[in-house]
Amino acid sequence: MAAIDVKNLTKKFDKFVAVDNISFQVENGSIFAFLGPNGAGKSTVIKMMTTILYPTDGSIFINNYDIHNEKSEVRKSIGVIFQDHTLDDELTAYENLYYHSALYKIPENIRREKIDDMLSYVGLLDRKNDLVKNFSGGMKRRIEIARGLLHSPKILFLDEPTLGLDVQTRAFLWDYIKKINKEDKITIFFTTHNMEEVENIATKIAIIDKGRILIQGSSNEIKKATKTKTLENAFLILTGYGIREESADSGPMKRRFRR
Amino acid sequence: MNSALIVMWHRQIKSYFRNRQRLAVTLVQPLLFLIAFRFGIGGMYEQSGRGNYIQFLIPGIVGMTILMSSTMSGMALIWDKQFGFLKETLVAPVSRTSLLFGRCLGGATTSFVQGLIVLFLGFSMGFRITNWGLFPLALIVMLTIALLFNLLGTSIAAKFDDMHTFPTIMNFIVMPMIFISGALFPTDGFPTVIKFLVKINPFTYCNHLLKYSMGSAASHSILLDIVVIAIIVSILGSLGTYFFNKMET
Repeated sequence: MAAIDVKNLTKKFDKFVAVDNISFQVENGSIFAFLGPNGAGKSTVIKMMTTILYPTDGSIFINNYDIHNEKSEVRKSIGVIFQDHTLDDELTAYENLYYHSALYKIPENIRREKIDDMLSYVGLLDRKNDLVKNFSGGMKRRIEIARGLLHSPKILFLDEPTLGLDVQTRAFLWDYIKKINKEDKITIFFTTHNMEEVENIATKIAIIDKGRILIQGSSNEIKKATKTKTLENAFLILTGYGIREESADSGPMKRRFRR
Repeated sequence: MNSALIVMWHRQIKSYFRNRQRLAVTLVQPLLFLIAFRFGIGGMYEQSGRGNYIQFLIPGIVGMTILMSSTMSGMALIWDKQFGFLKETLVAPVSRTSLLFGRCLGGATTSFVQGLIVLFLGFSMGFRITNWGLFPLALIVMLTIALLFNLLGTSIAAKFDDMHTFPTIMNFIVMPMIFISGALFPTDGFPTVIKFLVKINPFTYCNHLLKYSMGSAASHSILLDIVVIAIIVSILGSLGTYFFNKMET
């Protein structure tokens, strides 16, 4: 059984094709990475898989649930860490997690204990009553990880999770992700444009550019297929050397996408 | 705390009262209107033999306070879009309808409290409730108006991303609604065209019902007010639900 099954997925914004007829499967318990330059369509795919953006065409099954008509089941079985921060700055760390646990209907009698457990895993239990706006970017990200895992999802989505983090937080984050993947059998799907992360973490990789999957397989398979020694060379050969103009989160592009 | 509606309601109220500065700032504008109109127009109004101006003005200012703060609570949605928290709620396994109504009821509660504060300021300026039997109706009307304009503000905000255009648009809608409703001064001197606008202005009916419930004489049947308000709340409720269900990010 595949944790994620995507077939012929397409997303158009007006005439711009952001995702162009892609298909892939993510095995249960694996770590799958989407590797692509800025503006390749990585975030768009994650948004569609997490039910907050509607596909133009194609099918997506998450944990065997259809995103078109079993949204609620899909949402219950996933945890999402978005590229941009999604905490409420005006609330404390504890309150953010508490509202999350209420939205996900975690039984009231175990909420407090679960939240404390999660906060101590990410090393922020002593800061639980501080307002989030006083936290650094790395601390916010740790709280988001705690929150994303609070309702024990089967699949965890991370969209460029290490963007702008310091080395320590990055190391912590990947160690923790590897640990929950191994111990709790949580399937991981993440996007990045960082080669090292992909080589060290992912069991399977899809290289995506201009809305299309160019190649997928393990790091070794990709290197073999492109006859290159490093993943970086493979990546550059596949996607070209041209520098991309828009960043994945650039204002005007995003605004155009939203309409 | 279990349903998403209560979660959102609770959160709107909590973040509102946590920000003391905002609380103070939102009371400044009604206070300014109260003073300007009380001393600027009050004398003229009373000289023309229309009766006590404070009795006329206070329910209008209370309604205005609720109208302004309610529509502006749509801004909270824009902020949540901008700072990401909206995504956290959109990806949660809860109905979008409960997200909308939770937000709006939360916003309505805080606007209601602001309206009450202004009402108490009115008491200190000499305003008197003439019929306490109708006062429970006044409270219900205040809450309903608050919900109505929260739904309006939030529905519009669901369609806009830009935190600069939203306040401009809202001002453009809100200020005329206040001026041609009869909240601050009578509308009988208006030319026919504007009188027509008065009739199609939803706030006219809110204001009339609120004034009536606080002791003014009714100039038309309050049943009309109730029907108009009920229709608008259901239209905005359905529209907002539609927008929330369609909302992508």
